[in-house]
Amino acid sequence: MSVLIDGSTTFIIQGITGREAVNMTRECKDYGAKVVGGVTPGRKGRDVYGVPVYDTVRQITDQMRVDGAVVSVPPGFAKDAALEAIDAGIKLVVIVTERIPRGEVAEILEFAKLRGSRVIGPNCLGLISPGKSKMGGIGGTAEGTRKAFVAGSIGVMSRSGGMTTEICNTLSAAGLGISTAVSIGGDPIIGSTYAELMPLFEADSQTKAIVVYSEPGGPYEAQLAAYLTHRKSRLPVVAFMAGRFMDEMPGMRFGHAGTIVEGRADTSTEKIRLMQQAGITVAESIESIPSLIQERLSR
Amino acid sequence: MRFYEHEAKTLLGRQGLPLPKSGNAKTPEEAEQIAGQIAGTVVLKSQVLSGGRMKAGGIRFAGSPQEARREAGAILALAINGQRPRSVLVEAKAPVRKEFYAGVIYDALAKRPVLIFSDMGGIDIEQVAEQHPEHVARAHFSVLEPFSDYQAKNVVASLGITGNQLSRLTPILTRLVRLFLQYNLTLAEINPLCELEDGNFLCLDCHLDMEEEARDRHTRLLQELGVGREETRQARPPTPFEIRGAQVDALDNKGVAGHVIEFDGDLGLIIGAGGGSLTLLDAVRKHGGRPANYCEIGGNPSVRKACELTKLILSKPGVEKIAVMMNVVSNTRVDIMARGVIKGVIEAGYQPKDKITFFRIPGSWEDEGARILRKYGVEYGDRSVSMDEAARRAVVNMRGR
Amino acid sequence: MPMFIRVEVDPSVARRADLAKKLVEVCPVDIFAQNADQSLRIVEDNLDECVLCDLCIQACPAGTVKITKLYEQA
Repeated sequence: MSVLIDGSTTFIIQGITGREAVNMTRECKDYGAKVVGGVTPGRKGRDVYGVPVYDTVRQITDQMRVDGAVVSVPPGFAKDAALEAIDAGIKLVVIVTERIPRGEVAEILEFAKLRGSRVIGPNCLGLISPGKSKMGGIGGTAEGTRKAFVAGSIGVMSRSGGMTTEICNTLSAAGLGISTAVSIGGDPIIGSTYAELMPLFEADSQTKAIVVYSEPGGPYEAQLAAYLTHRKSRLPVVAFMAGRFMDEMPGMRFGHAGTIVEGRADTSTEKIRLMQQAGITVAESIESIPSLIQERLSR
Repeated sequence: MRFYEHEAKTLLGRQGLPLPKSGNAKTPEEAEQIAGQIAGTVVLKSQVLSGGRMKAGGIRFAGSPQEARREAGAILALAINGQRPRSVLVEAKAPVRKEFYAGVIYDALAKRPVLIFSDMGGIDIEQVAEQHPEHVARAHFSVLEPFSDYQAKNVVASLGITGNQLSRLTPILTRLVRLFLQYNLTLAEINPLCELEDGNFLCLDCHLDMEEEARDRHTRLLQELGVGREETRQARPPTPFEIRGAQVDALDNKGVAGHVIEFDGDLGLIIGAGGGSLTLLDAVRKHGGRPANYCEIGGNPSVRKACELTKLILSKPGVEKIAVMMNVVSNTRVDIMARGVIKGVIEAGYQPKDKITFFRIPGSWEDEGARILRKYGVEYGDRSVSMDEAARRAVVNMRGR
Repeated sequence: MPMFIRVEVDPSVARRADLAKKLVEVCPVDIFAQNADQSLRIVEDNLDECVLCDLCIQACPAGTVKITKLYEQA
């Protein structure tokens, strides 16, 4: 099993003729993902590495089953692209685009909720179930992806796309491997939070433990802590907190748009305290994560 | 991006929100003139982005234009939390009967905006929420459905407010919500929102933040307000070094090599990507290193950009060496980064092996990158060297050689 | 001065306007440009930006475009 995607997942790429999307298309295809179509308005009839390009999402969903969509269009067009995918009945929408204003993200998420679609991102690299499929630029080239992501038993959720690869590489090298890794996005408001994805991992028999990459700013780590406090999960969770230095610099934005310390509750210190209280093991370095996982699993 | 109070009030005014008579003075003379036009007692308010103006002496009263001139002079000379005031806002002093609070923010958990209202205004809303939760009303609202007066009315009425207060407050809250949505704000706060002796309401102070990401959608507005492109409006203004960092990143649109933030250490950092930079800066500090800067590399920047960033960091006084480190990269290329950094070091007049304490970027084109580094005698760490270990070696090499 | 990459184009290619135009089109980092007489010009400033994509080599007759990695020389 896996979470959200598997070898049979079909998906489209919106904005497929863009510079980044062209690479992503080739990388996903090379990895074995079922990329069944792409959309760029006005480019119908072309193809990108063998993937046919259409003008509208409906032109694809009218003729075949489409499980997912990757939105890789400039920020000014991202809201429309996401709404189009949701309206066409696509149930998993991965938004890669950065710099979408929060109000528009809220619109997308409200519409997705109405229609029963799940959104991953924005500002993320997508998700991967090693050996089965990947949706988005996560891991880069198929070769690089195979190097860093070996199939295994650990579920990974991360606010940073790059650190998803770093952590998965570490877990793979240690022989633990990955069940599904989700780059959840670095924006202040995201479609699927750690706590919202936890039940999916709990329902996945392949997943034995969870690794979380977290940063200062925002309430999502506290939400995860509350989730684990109120509901005893079968999965041990190990978290890494980056950006501890930021506690000394409130109001300054580092890294992702969502990474800014605004109050007492969203400092790294407070988040670490909340997570530890909820039974999460907080790692001091990335390299120590595998042994902490082993230790939690052997308890 | 935070607006100065006088800018924020211009926006409130455009939305039809009630404001005291006022003028923005850049000099004591202008303050005197505005006070003369207003007639009566005026309030003079330092225009800084920092909070705590009252405590710091940045808000003063004046009974005459002459006094206004003197007080404005004092305010203009007074830095608050390291910030020099831009100007002084001169406002008619209003006879206040009661203070309220109204605010709109996004709730990241509900993933919707929320309207917050309190009948205990004039103090920090978080404090009110903690100590007097029964005096705070909240209502999330849809961004797809239209916002209408009744929603604002419900919020106000939920605190037991009726009569003239209810009918006056309702449209004010509705307009605040419209303002919040129209200008892509992330915070819109009127505090205090005052009821006057005569029953009218005025917005006496306010705080508006526009989302960074939305700035280019409001270029005309920002131009009208005189907000420069280079103004970051963060907790502190950018230093000249940071401004030059932004210029390096703007050299071309290939990838990112910027977001430079200055520290006072001796080890220059060329690090990435977003999360990787946070992780590495922590690791360097943990191992006793003193970072000279923060920065972010990502999205495969050009050789030119990596080169210029390297030169910029090496030019910073006190920087002795640099460390080049990233998480396992997917689209950034190791060889391109190696070229850029080495070129930068050489163009700055140094030998790469003397200046680069450690180079750890595993990932795409790593073999090619390693070949380049070998030629210049720079130590390369692949993915078998953890980020923590890379930071440790960078710090050790800083001292060792 | 380029530090990492050298590009040599055979004069027979450099003289031809059609091949020069093609090289300008295929290079993703603008290493090639055309002179006023349509002949090929190499933009020295951009040489180090070369991403080793080989598109220029594929665009011309075999052996006429040569890319040298200066860091691999003895």
